[in-house]
Amino acid sequence: MSEQLVIIGNGMATMRLVEELSQRALGRYAIAVIGEEPRLAYNRVLLSSVLAREVSRGDVELKAADWYRDRGVTLIYGQRAVSIDANVRRIKLANGGTLPFNKLVLATGSKPIRLNVPGMDLPGVLTFRDIGDVDSIEKAALRNRKAVVIGGGLLGLEAAYGLAKAGLKVSVIHLMDRLMERQLDARGSDLLKAAVEAKGITVHLNAETASIKGAQRAQAVVLKDGREIAGDLVVVAAGIRANADLAQGAGLEVGRGIVVDDHMQTGKAGIYAIGECAEHQGICYGLVEPAYEQARVLASHLCGGDARYDGSVLATNLKVSGVSVFSAGDFIGAAGTEQIVLSDPGLGAYKKLVIADGKLAGAVLFGDTADGLWYLELIRSGASIDAMRDDLMFGRALAERAAPKTLAA
Amino acid sequence: MNAPAQHPPAVRTTCPYCGVGCGVLARPDGRGGAIIAGDSEHPANFGRLCSKGSALGETLGLGTRLLQPMISGNVSSWDRALDAVADGFAKTIAEHGPDSVAFYLSGQLLTEDYYVANKLMKGFIGSSNVDTNSRLCMASSVAGHRRAFGADTVPGTYADLDEADLIILVGSNAAWCHPVLYQRMIANKRERGAKLIVIDPRRTATAEEADLFLPVAPGMDTALFCGLLVHLADNLAMNYEYIDAHTTGLPDALVRAREIAPDVMATASATGLAPADVARFFAMFTATEKTVTCYSQGVNQSAQGTDKVTTIINCHLATGRIGKAGMGPFSLTGQPNAMGGREVGGLANQLAAHMNFTPGDIDKVGRFWNAKSVAQREGLKAVQMFDAIDRGEIKALWIMATNPAVSLPRAGFVRAALAKLDLLVISDNVASNDTITANAHVLLPAAAWGEKDGTVTNSERRISRQRPFLALPGEAKPDWWMVTQVAQRMGYADAFRFNSPADIFREHAELSAFENAGTRDFDIGALAALDDDAFNALDPVQWPARAGEPKAEKRFFAEGRFYTPDGKAKMIAPERPKPQAEVSVDFPLRLNTGRIRDQWHTMTRTGLSPRLGAHLPEPFVEVHPADAANMGLHHGGFARVTTPHGACVLKVIVTEGQMRGSVFAPIHWSGETASSGRIGELVSPAIDPFSGQPEAKATPASIAPAEFQYRGFALSRGRLSLPKETWWARAVIAGGEGMLLATNDAPSIWRERAAALFGGAEIAEYADELRGSYRMAAFAEGRLVGCLFIGPADAAPQWDAVKLLFESEHMGEAQRRAVLSGKSTDGLADPGPVVCACFGVGLNVIRTALADGSAGNVVEIGKALRAGTNCGSCLPELKKIVAQGRVAATV
Repeated sequence: MSEQLVIIGNGMATMRLVEELSQRALGRYAIAVIGEEPRLAYNRVLLSSVLAREVSRGDVELKAADWYRDRGVTLIYGQRAVSIDANVRRIKLANGGTLPFNKLVLATGSKPIRLNVPGMDLPGVLTFRDIGDVDSIEKAALRNRKAVVIGGGLLGLEAAYGLAKAGLKVSVIHLMDRLMERQLDARGSDLLKAAVEAKGITVHLNAETASIKGAQRAQAVVLKDGREIAGDLVVVAAGIRANADLAQGAGLEVGRGIVVDDHMQTGKAGIYAIGECAEHQGICYGLVEPAYEQARVLASHLCGGDARYDGSVLATNLKVSGVSVFSAGDFIGAAGTEQIVLSDPGLGAYKKLVIADGKLAGAVLFGDTADGLWYLELIRSGASIDAMRDDLMFGRALAERAAPKTLAA
Repeated sequence: MNAPAQHPPAVRTTCPYCGVGCGVLARPDGRGGAIIAGDSEHPANFGRLCSKGSALGETLGLGTRLLQPMISGNVSSWDRALDAVADGFAKTIAEHGPDSVAFYLSGQLLTEDYYVANKLMKGFIGSSNVDTNSRLCMASSVAGHRRAFGADTVPGTYADLDEADLIILVGSNAAWCHPVLYQRMIANKRERGAKLIVIDPRRTATAEEADLFLPVAPGMDTALFCGLLVHLADNLAMNYEYIDAHTTGLPDALVRAREIAPDVMATASATGLAPADVARFFAMFTATEKTVTCYSQGVNQSAQGTDKVTTIINCHLATGRIGKAGMGPFSLTGQPNAMGGREVGGLANQLAAHMNFTPGDIDKVGRFWNAKSVAQREGLKAVQMFDAIDRGEIKALWIMATNPAVSLPRAGFVRAALAKLDLLVISDNVASNDTITANAHVLLPAAAWGEKDGTVTNSERRISRQRPFLALPGEAKPDWWMVTQVAQRMGYADAFRFNSPADIFREHAELSAFENAGTRDFDIGALAALDDDAFNALDPVQWPARAGEPKAEKRFFAEGRFYTPDGKAKMIAPERPKPQAEVSVDFPLRLNTGRIRDQWHTMTRTGLSPRLGAHLPEPFVEVHPADAANMGLHHGGFARVTTPHGACVLKVIVTEGQMRGSVFAPIHWSGETASSGRIGELVSPAIDPFSGQPEAKATPASIAPAEFQYRGFALSRGRLSLPKETWWARAVIAGGEGMLLATNDAPSIWRERAAALFGGAEIAEYADELRGSYRMAAFAEGRLVGCLFIGPADAAPQWDAVKLLFESEHMGEAQRRAVLSGKSTDGLADPGPVVCACFGVGLNVIRTALADGSAGNVVEIGKALRAGTNCGSCLPELKKIVAQGRVAATV
């Protein structure tokens, strides 16, 4: 008999875990995946593209149903797990059924933060997190012409971009003084703002939401400073938090997320957490790359390997509003660091490299991100960049030709 | 693709650079330019051209040309401008006498220009204050020739270089300065085994091919040739028959030679040469009948230049090696028409047509010109002329086709003197140079090479046509026309009724033959009867060309018949050689100056060629390694070179080829092309007592490091002006101008300036302030219109790759992304825009994989390139790319 492995959550981390497990030890575990959303796992990164009608719904599906079947995976989707009995090793489902397990992986992801302000429950106020949200937004967009997106982070900007592409007049309101402040430095944020505005989107910075105004349905977002931003569709994208309710109910340690060790194991042996719901060394990661790393580490562990997860160097590497953006490491530039800056407004390109002690410590790239991964490699490896400093900005091929392998010696 | 473009036939003309006088075929391209080739039928070059001549086509643009007459900075009509010149000269003469005016001419002028200028000044104004930049070039050769031969005669021909068994080059970097002749010598060496001896304080490019290189101490050539004369005497190697029949003065010359250099050891000691090398030199000369000794500025530009020429000639006279095939002393002139100027007599110490200030010659010339007030005595030679201007004695000056504020010794003093003139007239083809900016009152736009029509004479007495192949641009006119017009306005219309260069040439030829009857070497009477068509069709012809004699290549003096009163050559005793100024504690080195391979004079023409500018783009000073170490200089750094007359800041080249105790700097840079490279400012005004030629190669000097923290370059479509304290050198590049620069201003300061430098353009920039690096590129409508690169001095940015990008009208995105690297992207694959961000896979990489079959669908792309296998957000795009690939494949 194979061991029973249950995974709660059917997102990108789960898909990768299944893939890794099947490659390492097909058949060692009888795997069941419980998915709350009534559909196969899909690529959440593409939701805004769906909203923007750049990608069809079918195209976001990660794997077809037979892919799971071929790997002996039982898919239980459209079902919610309501509780975990960690001692008895059993899961209760919303339909009253139970599911025993030998090993359990929590991959429950995260959920949008809802603002605690009046009017949040008015019709026309939506979140932007899953494909259901996309459906709701699309439906609302058919009737409404003006949208307000609360939140100028990645998700909010993606929603705004999608809505603008769908033909709505869109305003973004953002609490901070610059967009995507966690992924971009001030200049990068400025450029992004210009790029977003060039798509016809209005951006309001330093804008704190006081309430959503409306009689029957949302009509405007009222700001603390008294301004009113009209909009009959309000999309709240003010951030996410780890979805750790089940874990909490099961008595597992929960901080920002479900606390795990370097094997992605919770305080209870045989119970694991990966992806956005997991907290490793105090950090919850909200990006796909760390989730994949964690899936890899966990697969190794479940198959008797000794891979450890020691955290991810945070890198952002994506397209937002059609613009490529990359950042990694200390891209702001702490005191005592040095900066190399390149900008070419004509190409819509801006790059900043942060150097500390002769090593690359951080990078932010805007517009041209081709060398992002190389910089990430350099940040991670901590190799000296002295020999190629003058060429570093211009990419691997040029820099390594100019400074041929002096580092390897 | 119908009829091929109709090309007009190539025009046969003559190169405007050195005194070799190469024939050039110019085929106008119909757009103001021309295709340039060597003329295989011209006996000076038989089709060869040097780097400068080959690049002539790049120098024909009108960008820097003066195209309209100007008075006090305002555009004027020709009438008003010519009136202003004529009235100004007439008024000055009326008030202060004829010697209060002067002409300063140029070896760049054609013989016809020279002739009318000389005629006006000496025949009608009645002064001999007409001198020329040839004074700086070969005046000592002229004086040496006249002292020895009684006339300014070059005895040999270029064919002697083909037939000699030993060629001695003294003070001549012919490989760079007379390249086509040098190649002729090398061909002789290669094919006939001729030996080559190079005598020069510097190990120049010429010395590379030498069988014997003699790094003679500066100014000590006289000692070397005195030693040789003694050696010839002591070894009974003289031609006593020739000496007895055709020379005088040997005893005195020999006595003096024995005082100066009595034997090999003494010669070695005086010249700083190894005794064995001296002995070998003596032996080779002694043993080789067919010896040609060529000499150039290293001999001429000296306060004992005439004596140096004399001692060389003495050795040839003493051996009778003169005027015969493959032997003789041979002066290589520096300018295209220095010889023509000498034939005309366009120098202050000549009257006209190889006639001098003797009562007989003055009478003859006066009668020929029908001139009542012919000048009676020599005028002021170049250096003295500018001294007289400084003293206020000369009040009106006309400068034609030359740039004395750069090229004369103490150029700074010259510039200041020019500012004192009541009237400074300049006829030139550039709108701006250091002389023009000194104080020009009237500017007259002159025809340039390609437009000029007339004759020049090269170093072997060969007269060749310079023919026009381009129309006169704007209001430009030939110099002869301007002089003629001014002469007519001054009341000398009868004597200046010239309508064409041919008119002038005929009179010039007639004068050369006037009451000559063999008494003067220069006689081209045979050409006085050429009609206009024959003048236009004139093939290169060597003088003498006496009327009624068969035309044949001629050498002089094999049978004696010198132009002295007794018909014998004079062997003259030289003074004991010593430079005019001694080195001192304050000025411990000697500053040597000269040309470089790819530039000419003050770069007003060669400076227009990007190719030529690329060879040595900045003013430099060559220093021996030991001197460099003593003075704290390093190769590639900068140095301030100071003499009692001025200072320059130059790039340092440390080289073993430079003699210890001496530094070398090229003469070409001016205020137009460098911030601090006008080397003429440093040069001593000391002159040779006979020739008046300045000692341009031995000024006592000091050198000290000049520190710049940052170096870099700027490229621009138009002219940039940089802050005053910046060191810079300017060079034309394809598509614009480039400036190399050095500065102590931090990159952050340059960053602030950048926007103003390229006002209005879109600016891309790169800043690494801690490294000391700032680079920017300015774009207008996608075209690179400027850039500025500043970096730490020890890792200065190089401009080669950026210059290439600057040439192109359109810049691709990949190139634009790399432009601020300053590196070439050649050979680097361009991955194209990123499709898979997770693994950094570019569009071009994916298309290549699809095209070469290593992937056929999205899954295979993932396997081959990993694209799409992480977050998967690029999968839809990958699908599209695959689909497009299929479509493309089926089309």
